[in-house]
Amino acid sequence: MAEAATQMTATEARLDALSLPQGGWSEAARKDALARVHAMGLPDRRDEYWKYTRPETLVQPGAVPAALFDNDEAPIFGEMDRLNIVFVDGIFDAEASDDLSLEEVTIERLAETKSDIHWARDLYGVLEARGQDPVVRPLAALNTAFATDGVLIHVTGKPSKPINLTYHHRSETSDAVLHHVIRLDAGAEVTVLENGPAAARFNKCMEVDVADGAQFHHVRAQGRDHERRAATHLFARLGEQSTFKSFTLTANGVLTRNECVIELTGDDAVAHVAGACVGDGDFHHDDTVFITHDAVGCESRQVFKKVLRNGATGVFQGKILVKKDAQKTDGYQISQSLLLDDDSQFLAKPELEIYADDVACSHGSTSGAIDEDALFYLRSRGVREAQATDLLTLAFLAEAVEEIENEDLREEINGRLAAWLERHRG
Amino acid sequence: MLSIKNLHVKLEEEDKQILKGVDLEIEAGTVHAIMGPNGSGKSTLSYVLSGKDGYEVTEGAATLEGADVLEMEPEERAAAGLFLAFQYPVEIPGVGNMTFLRTAVNAQRKARGEEEMSASDFLKAVRARAKELKIDADMLKRPVNVGFSGGEKKRNEIMQMAMLEPKMCILDETDSGLDVDAMKLVSEGVNALRSEGRGFLVITHYQRLLDHIKPDVVHIMADGKIVKSGGPELALEVENNGYAGILAEVA
Repeated sequence: MAEAATQMTATEARLDALSLPQGGWSEAARKDALARVHAMGLPDRRDEYWKYTRPETLVQPGAVPAALFDNDEAPIFGEMDRLNIVFVDGIFDAEASDDLSLEEVTIERLAETKSDIHWARDLYGVLEARGQDPVVRPLAALNTAFATDGVLIHVTGKPSKPINLTYHHRSETSDAVLHHVIRLDAGAEVTVLENGPAAARFNKCMEVDVADGAQFHHVRAQGRDHERRAATHLFARLGEQSTFKSFTLTANGVLTRNECVIELTGDDAVAHVAGACVGDGDFHHDDTVFITHDAVGCESRQVFKKVLRNGATGVFQGKILVKKDAQKTDGYQISQSLLLDDDSQFLAKPELEIYADDVACSHGSTSGAIDEDALFYLRSRGVREAQATDLLTLAFLAEAVEEIENEDLREEINGRLAAWLERHRG
Repeated sequence: MLSIKNLHVKLEEEDKQILKGVDLEIEAGTVHAIMGPNGSGKSTLSYVLSGKDGYEVTEGAATLEGADVLEMEPEERAAAGLFLAFQYPVEIPGVGNMTFLRTAVNAQRKARGEEEMSASDFLKAVRARAKELKIDADMLKRPVNVGFSGGEKKRNEIMQMAMLEPKMCILDETDSGLDVDAMKLVSEGVNALRSEGRGFLVITHYQRLLDHIKPDVVHIMADGKIVKSGGPELALEVENNGYAGILAEVA
């Protein structure tokens, strides 16, 4: 009773610091979401899915200040032909953004939508609400209720270039709440890129509805700021023969919780979620994934790799739920950490829950160090120890990075990883 | 070329002396073979020379063209011209064979202050070497040694040797796990690299490899020491009488 009371007090304290945006087409969805938050309470470290990641700093009323990071690298994805949409500390920056018009897609701002957007009204908070069962995700409901901005992307065909959401962190105390809604019509195809640290504290929710035969590609690079905190949610619903592929690179960050909740609702759909993270020192990274197979012949893959050093912590909580009629399911899950010293730790909780009888599901989780024999082999051929270690580390991450289909993007991510490793050599 | 004097080596982890005073002089242009029973210290010698962890030199010296190799990191020994063809080549998932080779070639060149090899020169050289060793394009694309047969792994070692052009080549039981055809192929690869400026140390249990790679000098190693040296006929003696006979003779 006392615990529940503490949790509700923390929840009320957080909610008191916020005000619900009034009016507009999203108002009803926001009110519903607020009711969900009240009912669930915000995360508490006694919650089953918050055992390994302390939620206090994500829940407390204000953001813990995060020093700005002097990034000496050219921005990622900057050389690509893309439509760039820029948010600074969670606020849309029209000057820095490209014109939002692109063929075969309509892009609108959540904050500026005065008229009723029917397709978005049918989605905003809907996938998030569906994703609350059987595991609650209160920070996502909080996001739906209080998001101040975001983009609504309706993909009707195959736009010629990727849409890139760029997030800048310019204020040490910024507390950003963004909510994006993406709908792909049947047969449509789009690539959405995200990059940057966004704010001192970032709560982001992305809902993606992938209709029959549509293809959604997502590549995200979370910025290198050391002190930033983020809780992100990616909700997706997949139609028949549709494809969803998401990859996340996380370098640095004192606290990152990336949740991904996918429902395979149409037969023969494919969902791949992958992540590569690299952390040195004060770094805590949590991937929490829940994939529900609710149709026949679907494939899902979860590939998460973490490189940890100097006391960095990695968390993986991944679940595959196969419902009774989801026969011929092909599920795969792997989570691995490469611990570059004895101080780092990896906490993994793989889960399978299978009610169909004709399925193939495999999962594995490992923690290991650099293979000394491989290291000696490389060195005996003349490769310096540091370079050999980097090469073996990139090889360890390769299975996750290879989930990115586009070769240019893959190269760009690999380049960032290599540069990070070079900067963080033991 | 390679000069080993009174080399004493023990295992770091346990107080066990493996090499108990090895003396060896290998001149450029010559092929020396070391034969000996299991546990005589042959492989330890190759590991100590190439710089593997876990061994402690308690006495003696080893120099390559006058430079103290025992003081060098493994990569420095490689850049100085030392090459070990492994008895058990290591599988490295996730690192492509070509990437590995090119990284190695250029790392050595860089360490020697030479220009890096251009991508096209490198490709040309690899293709030529691969063809000689019957290594197909698919093998070059695969991760280092992953899924390779025993023979493929050894051919890959010789290809690396050919690409890196070392001065001093140590072959540690390169014949183990090879069938007759593969042994012939590997030996031809080694023989093609024989030259005036290059020395070879061939470690083997059996005489048959030495039918293909003809040595100038044969040494018999037992209990951490070289107990007998001679010409190629010494290998035949081992084949005919076994180690027991020779060891009894020198005891």
